[in-house]
Amino acid sequence: MSALPPYASTAQISWYYGFRVICALIFFFLIFPIIVIMPLSFNAEDFFTFTPKMLALDPAGYSLKHYQDFFTNPDWQQALWNSVRIAPVATLLATSFGTLAAIGLSQSHVPFKSAIMAILISPMIVPLIISAAGMYFFYSRIGLQGTYWGVVLAHAALGTPFVIITVTATLVGFDRSLTRAAASMGADPVRTFFKVQMPLILPGVISGALFAFITSFDEVVVVLFLGSASQKTLPWQMFTGLREQISPTILAVATILVVISVVLLTVLELLRRRSERLRGLAPS
Amino acid sequence: MSENRGAAVRYESVQKSYDGENLVVKDLNLDIARGEFLTMLGPSGSGKTTCLMMLAGFEPATHGEIFLNDRPINNVPPHKRGIGMVFQNYALFPHMSVAENLAFPLQVRGMDKSEQQAKVKRALEMVELGTFGSRRPAQLSGGQQQRVAVARALVFDPELVLMDEPLGALDKQLREQMQYEIKHIHDNLGVTIVYVTHDQTEALTMSDRVAVFNDGVIQQLSSPDALYESPQNSFVAQFIGENNKLNGRVTAVDGSECVVEVPGGISLKADAVNISGVGSKTTLSLRPERVELQPEKEMDNMIDGKVEELIYLGDHIRVRMNVAGNREFVVKVRNRGERRQIAEGDTVKIGWAASDCKALDAVA
Repeated sequence: MSALPPYASTAQISWYYGFRVICALIFFFLIFPIIVIMPLSFNAEDFFTFTPKMLALDPAGYSLKHYQDFFTNPDWQQALWNSVRIAPVATLLATSFGTLAAIGLSQSHVPFKSAIMAILISPMIVPLIISAAGMYFFYSRIGLQGTYWGVVLAHAALGTPFVIITVTATLVGFDRSLTRAAASMGADPVRTFFKVQMPLILPGVISGALFAFITSFDEVVVVLFLGSASQKTLPWQMFTGLREQISPTILAVATILVVISVVLLTVLELLRRRSERLRGLAPS
Repeated sequence: MSENRGAAVRYESVQKSYDGENLVVKDLNLDIARGEFLTMLGPSGSGKTTCLMMLAGFEPATHGEIFLNDRPINNVPPHKRGIGMVFQNYALFPHMSVAENLAFPLQVRGMDKSEQQAKVKRALEMVELGTFGSRRPAQLSGGQQQRVAVARALVFDPELVLMDEPLGALDKQLREQMQYEIKHIHDNLGVTIVYVTHDQTEALTMSDRVAVFNDGVIQQLSSPDALYESPQNSFVAQFIGENNKLNGRVTAVDGSECVVEVPGGISLKADAVNISGVGSKTTLSLRPERVELQPEKEMDNMIDGKVEELIYLGDHIRVRMNVAGNREFVVKVRNRGERRQIAEGDTVKIGWAASDCKALDAVA
């Protein structure tokens, strides 16, 4: 949709502007609920609504007390610590397994490829509550329910499909003669993987890892089923906070999480672009 | 097979099938001498690339054995064969600089840094890219990438280098230039090169010997000139260079010569190369430049032909004629500057020597 050509008909002109209105509405619908919590998190009162003082932009209507609560309250600090302990490990597992699975499934001689693929990405398709209930019964039997590793493994299972999908997409553009070239020069398969294949599919691996991390970091249903009080993560704490004591600290936490997500996405996207450029893959 | 000891590469009754039913390579026996430049030439699907891939180790042989310096290599993985390879699409590592690409096989071999640098420098100078070490492959032209690929396949001093249609992606002029460069590198280093191509010009200009593949079988294995001058069968005659075909029946055989009757009741003398005796069908093969138009002296074969079309090509003129029922009969006439008085529709006498006309297996 570039500039309107001079021969555009009435219908084209109205679509030209109508299209922009639709786009704006979609953005508004997606972003407004997130934006609106940000000013509310600076509320001086313990309410979820804008006070008259806030609307009048009176400095007295704003405060950082909810942020202070988040950083001093031991419940929130424990939840933050749990999230930080769980998400990276789950991400690491999901990324390793997902990458390996994607590489395996990209080989031409694998039988039942689409069936295996469907099973591996099913955690993304099956309703979360069903996965969670299934995992609960299974993990209880094998003694993982209510443990740190139980939550980590469950989150890794939820994150793996994202890695498989992004890495598979990257592998489509991967030239197999590169691994043959490496072999002809004497590199064994392990060396070929780390020196040739891995650096080239890294952008896909990074994107997948990011999705896996966010999946674990934001996840509340599975952790409610599988976790015990000592695995209480940030989303869990927010969820119980909403039900039990409606404190705007939740809004402060939400704002912090949004900022973290945006920063993470931006940094990784920049890294990814940089590595693509360095690897001579992107058009300069 | 003691008489074959010392061959750099030996294929012994090698067969290859991808689906377990159709043989892509049928009973291949081939010896490649040390230091030889051997080209596997053939149309696509003839099995030539499969033969190369089996030698490189990327495809297992279904049957038979391949020897490298008299050592069977069927059970040796590709990375332990020590064979250099140049790929059709160059297969340069895009995330490494040119120098890093070249250093890769040396790193794998645990060579120390200073020695690596010296070898990389020498290899780059060999392909006249001395100052390009820090560039990335994407910053090079196709021809330069091709040179890097050649340098990379040679930098670790392999005794054997395989090239899989390495010049296919280059334009004509660059391709010709690279042909000579590869040939010179081969002459200077004395490595054994096995080269796969479907381009006959490439095969003829570069090779010591050419193996012409068709349908999974080597049709002829000989030096480039023998391939052109004395093709052993109609496929080779047709595939290498330009060729006029005349179908006929053998009426007499006298030693190495035979007489063939072609449509119109014309009897022609020919070199008996691949015929099964008096009465059998045969296809005569005749190079367009060996036919004389309006010959001044008596020749072995002299018949009339009707000029159908004249095509001016600068250094020569192609005359398409109707000869003995074949309307695709081409005569190449060198452009000597004098104006020839031939016009389309004329009937003129043409002639050729019996030795230039090969009686081969019959084709439809």
